[in-house]
Amino acid sequence: MFLLSNIFNDPERMNQLVSIAQTSLYPMIEGAIKTTIPLTLITFVLGLILAVLTALARLSSIKFFQIIARVYVSIIRGTPLLVQLFIIFYGLPNLGVTISPFISAIIGFSLSVGAYASEIIRASILSIPKGQWEAGYSIGMTYTQALKRIILPQAARVSIPPLSNTFISLLKDTSLASLILVTELFRKAQEIAAKNYEFLLLYIEAAALYWIFCTILSFVQGYIEDRLNRYVAK
Amino acid sequence: MINIKNLHKSFGDLEVLRGIDLEVEQGKVIVLIGPSGSGKTTFLRCLNLLEVPTDGTIEIDRTVMDFKKPVKKKSITSFRSLTGMVFQTYNLFPHKTALENVMEGPIIVKNIAKHQAKETATALLSKVGLGEKIDFYPFQLSGGQQQRVGIARALAMEPKVMLFDEPTSALDPELVGDVLQVMKNLAKEEGMTMIVVTHEMRFAREVADEVIFMDEGKIMERGTPGQIFTNPKEARTRKFLNLIQG
Repeated sequence: MFLLSNIFNDPERMNQLVSIAQTSLYPMIEGAIKTTIPLTLITFVLGLILAVLTALARLSSIKFFQIIARVYVSIIRGTPLLVQLFIIFYGLPNLGVTISPFISAIIGFSLSVGAYASEIIRASILSIPKGQWEAGYSIGMTYTQALKRIILPQAARVSIPPLSNTFISLLKDTSLASLILVTELFRKAQEIAAKNYEFLLLYIEAAALYWIFCTILSFVQGYIEDRLNRYVAK
Repeated sequence: MINIKNLHKSFGDLEVLRGIDLEVEQGKVIVLIGPSGSGKTTFLRCLNLLEVPTDGTIEIDRTVMDFKKPVKKKSITSFRSLTGMVFQTYNLFPHKTALENVMEGPIIVKNIAKHQAKETATALLSKVGLGEKIDFYPFQLSGGQQQRVGIARALAMEPKVMLFDEPTSALDPELVGDVLQVMKNLAKEEGMTMIVVTHEMRFAREVADEVIFMDEGKIMERGTPGQIFTNPKEARTRKFLNLIQG
């Protein structure tokens, strides 16, 4: 408290902090727009594709597919994301495989989203009554047709709230990419703070930016839920 | 039209159908009755292969399936198209309007052009008395209306035989009439071949050409509605009829 009141009682220090906050805002937003947001979006799309495939493999009647899916989910969920990123970016070069920071991050985060979201999608598919499959089959649909036209559209509605959680977590987790040299929002904050030692100010500023992005995402989630709920009794 | 020989179905150790033989001529309406667990629903589901029988043969419209041999997925799908199924719980697609429910099969399965499918679907929906409701989602319809969409959806695939699995059991009593009327028209005016599992004895009396009493996975007795309802031969049929007619 004493320290805080010190700052507020010192107009010169206040001005200095405000000016640092202002000048650092631009590079941080640039990091967000050029890296954090594209990384999040690309990863989420790739991760979702991986998640649907993994969920279908888990639900398949073919044992081999089930096992592959189980092992994949088990490894990704059972090891820290940061360690996975380090293995891809710092570890793979020992095998002669060198991948750029950004691509490493995309691979690492996609694998992670794929594993976590696959469980969400599997549960959503299982939540659709068996009668829906049967109704599809009874009008002559194949498994793939029933899945695409009948089951997945309904499962999508069920999975939006938990998938939004995954998406928001992902957005925040991309800050881990700063540790494999991806110059995203948080790394920009670190770089600036390393020069002027205003750690508290810059890290709070970074936190505020993440919070704003996440809040926007929550609104988007609400909008999508409303749209998908239009065929459900209120 | 339909010729079923020695049909068996087991779930693990439980034998639900224990040798069913049945012939149905074109345009006939068969009503299946029997206590719960007698295998009538399983029998119906075997006819459109939602359950694949473990033994026996089914012939529908000169296409024969022999269940002694393993059956291919492709032949299941094509054999299934000979029959239309109406479910006890309707099983409409909740994310599609009444019209879309009926158009779905023709467009996706039969690759019929959208405008043509729409025309047919609209006509079918007005035939079942829902011409005003084509753009309603299932949750906006009553149970009886939903079931009639279900009937239209099955008819849109132009099946040779319609199968009804207790189509009115989930309905409030005042909604049963409309559904039965649609089924009656289908039988009398279109001459549709139908197999109906139902407890609606009045419907059976008025519409059925033949009533079949099933128990313990077998056909116990069959005859015209008059024979079965007024003069059943088997003690078990009598007992069952006494129970449901009170």
